[in-house]
Amino acid sequence: MASANPYKTYLNIWLLLMFLTFITVYAAEFDFGALNVPIALLIASVKAGVVALHFMHLKYEDSMTWIFAIYPLFLLFLLIAFSATDIFTRVAN
Amino acid sequence: MQIMKFIKSLAYPSEMLPPIVEEESHFDPETEHSAAKLGMWLFLATELLLFGGLFAAYAIFRAKYPVMFAEGSANLDVVLGSVNTVILIFSSWTVAVAVTAIQENKIKLVQVMLWITLICAAIFGINKYFEYSYKLSNGIGPGTDIFYSIYFAATGVHMLHVFIGMAVLGVILKRTYEGRYSKDKFTAIEIGGLYWHLVDLIWIYLFPLLYLVG
Repeated sequence: MASANPYKTYLNIWLLLMFLTFITVYAAEFDFGALNVPIALLIASVKAGVVALHFMHLKYEDSMTWIFAIYPLFLLFLLIAFSATDIFTRVAN
Repeated sequence: MQIMKFIKSLAYPSEMLPPIVEEESHFDPETEHSAAKLGMWLFLATELLLFGGLFAAYAIFRAKYPVMFAEGSANLDVVLGSVNTVILIFSSWTVAVAVTAIQENKIKLVQVMLWITLICAAIFGINKYFEYSYKLSNGIGPGTDIFYSIYFAATGVHMLHVFIGMAVLGVILKRTYEGRYSKDKFTAIEIGGLYWHLVDLIWIYLFPLLYLVG
């Protein structure tokens, strides 16, 4: 373990995740219009990043593992973006 | 290297005999450990893309029918969803502690943490059961509209992953009592933990998308 006291780090990470969960529930009380989804996704992505880096130890992994972790995100982007561009550019016949 | 070892073993048979172990490593233990972990990350990639199809459906139908999604989302129980989020993130923390504890040979701590994780997962499932049965008793099912189709499909597939995670961690917990893991042999706990964290990651996205931003 790279950290001096991993248990303390985990506790802090958990408290941070709880705080972010509270923020995301609290933020949903307000209507930001078109920004509702981007804000929710941003907070969720910060939480996911924290879980991956610390709980899943990605922080201490080699570059090969990082490629395995990042590449599916690119595929996910392709899946969603290309499906959406297909659906929303169809011309009704 | 392997050939050299083999030749040496012919010269000094008793000296070169490997120690008898229950499950022999394929290569040296360190390579096996990192290869197993990498394999798990690859599997997690396929899992992400399994849910990716559901996320794509969500994105497209939400853009097409914003009103339906707003109404459906408003009908979901935010309190129950929040409680489940807290429970699942807590269980992710206990698994992370277990993975570190086994590397320090603290078997007792590993067992306690895995028990807490399993109990959290069970509570998550019970909450989900109440949520589903409440919806179904109000005549809302997977066929009600597209929002509920996606809601039941996404949370249902996620729930299946919670059950699989419980089974995996349950087997690992049983094996800790058999003394199968130590600070030199904890690959199963680590990759089982990775799987559990993925279950948590998926829920981190499902919760705001389904319950909060309608």
